[in-house]
Amino acid sequence: MATEALTLSGVDAYYGDSHVLHDVSFALQPGRLLGLLGRNGAGKTTCMSTIVGILKPRRGDIRLFGESVAGLAPDVIARKGIGLVPQGRRTFRSLTVRENLVVAAQPPRHGEAAWTLDRVFALFPRLKERQAQLAGSLSGGEQQMLAIGRALMGNPRVLLMDEPSEGLAPQIVAEVGRTIDRLKAEGQSIVLVEQNVKLTLNLADEVVIINTGRVVFQGSARELEGNEAVISQHLGVF
Amino acid sequence: MSGNRFRSVGVAIALVLLATLPLWVGNSYYINVASQILLFAVFALALNVLVGYAGLVSLGHAGLFAIAGYAAALMLQAGYGHLAADTAAVVITLAASAIFAVLALRSTGIGFLMITLALGQIIWGIAYRWASLTNGDNGINVATRPAPFGINLTGAPGFYFATLLVFLLALASMAVFVRSPFGASLRGTRDQPLRMNALGYNVWLIRFFAVLFSGFWTAVSGLLFIYYNQFISPQVAALTTSAEILLMVISGGTATLLGPVVGAAIVVVMKNVVSAYIERWNLVLGVIFVLIISFMPDGLVPGSVRLWRWGWQTVRARLDGWISSPVEEHGR
Repeated sequence: MATEALTLSGVDAYYGDSHVLHDVSFALQPGRLLGLLGRNGAGKTTCMSTIVGILKPRRGDIRLFGESVAGLAPDVIARKGIGLVPQGRRTFRSLTVRENLVVAAQPPRHGEAAWTLDRVFALFPRLKERQAQLAGSLSGGEQQMLAIGRALMGNPRVLLMDEPSEGLAPQIVAEVGRTIDRLKAEGQSIVLVEQNVKLTLNLADEVVIINTGRVVFQGSARELEGNEAVISQHLGVF
Repeated sequence: MSGNRFRSVGVAIALVLLATLPLWVGNSYYINVASQILLFAVFALALNVLVGYAGLVSLGHAGLFAIAGYAAALMLQAGYGHLAADTAAVVITLAASAIFAVLALRSTGIGFLMITLALGQIIWGIAYRWASLTNGDNGINVATRPAPFGINLTGAPGFYFATLLVFLLALASMAVFVRSPFGASLRGTRDQPLRMNALGYNVWLIRFFAVLFSGFWTAVSGLLFIYYNQFISPQVAALTTSAEILLMVISGGTATLLGPVVGAAIVVVMKNVVSAYIERWNLVLGVIFVLIISFMPDGLVPGSVRLWRWGWQTVRARLDGWISSPVEEHGR
């Protein structure tokens, strides 16, 4: 029986006739953090959309702790334990901070320690202070915290985080990084999608690089750190 | 005075005014106008569940309103009692709401609006053309009003108090609904349906239950309507009725509890009171709507609240300035 938290095996996905993911395969071990890197338009967010069921894969399989979830409806996949912190936060702007969290609450699965309102407020004390405020009135950093807190309230077995550092000030990015590190230390299995290579290399155990919808590198974070050629070829930075 | 305390005092004053209205209004014509405001407010509150909280604009709610009215009127005509007729009318309207939902929720936005418009027109067509059942354009008379617990509702004050009770129940149920997890999830589907889906919600099912909840209160308001008028005709199911209720919701303020009530008051007062003095009252109503949409695009209630806050902050800033300026001068 597979022990991986999340596996993608030969996943092909399309937007209409446009082939956007080509034979994508990678695996996330339980309690580990996998960094998914790639340039703008490389297919990272498409990959996340395919995992959570918003985009149906045409070929290949996606398994959550050994159970196939490919092709299921997004709400069914979410209830099975895949939580997503979406790109651009996408909090419910007309709901209060508290309502945003309560609306996402799901019972814990497999006896894992439950994420409750109190536990999320302990992780993000600023959300507790602003719990009666409308989400639309929060700063970008606070909205990111809310988006993470909302995903945690679903008690996910695997947490997907799509560019959580996007558009945030450096000190807030560092704070988000510390939060992700803390979640990892608590045993949360995480897929971190990022363009911020430094942040990803600091946090990730394994790294996957996607370019034009194909996996072009797979290895440990340390392996990638020492491979300037791969970084500059596929990410265009160093 | 804190915001909450201010609100509590406001609610208490409004309740006292509503509960004593027949005493200080006196004239039964105006008591009847108040009853009409309340019954249309219940209808507008029901539509607001979809327009305001679900983001689904329906132009077919007059159809559901008419289904409740016709169902009760036909059963009363057939000799059934009020309780049986009213219960059956609510159940039939809920079933019709479920059919409306299954058909209309295939789409959102303009698609939902067009499908509900078509469904409403079908109901109007049936009411108008199926004369053997509905008596066509001649309508159906409702001979008597019910007498719950022996309370006589034939007079204007009696009917007003019954309508007020139903209105308060509708308002309370809306307040509970808005604050409930279901209310929050419905607002979530309005703001970001895809995100709600990814959080594990069946968006379609949430919207379906919202249509049923809206349909329930539409049915109740339909019953109040036929008991108030003691008559129903196809005009009730016409598109103009749906549009009028939608205007009540939009002009008062969508996704607010008070907005639809204020909207209902404006329309009913214009139709019943202003029309007695101004022949072209429709023109005045149109101008009022244009002014509201131009200067308070989110509706009269949210717009007034914003205006009040701005005025209060301006006054307070001036007062602070007057109080602090002598101290500053002394300091110099």
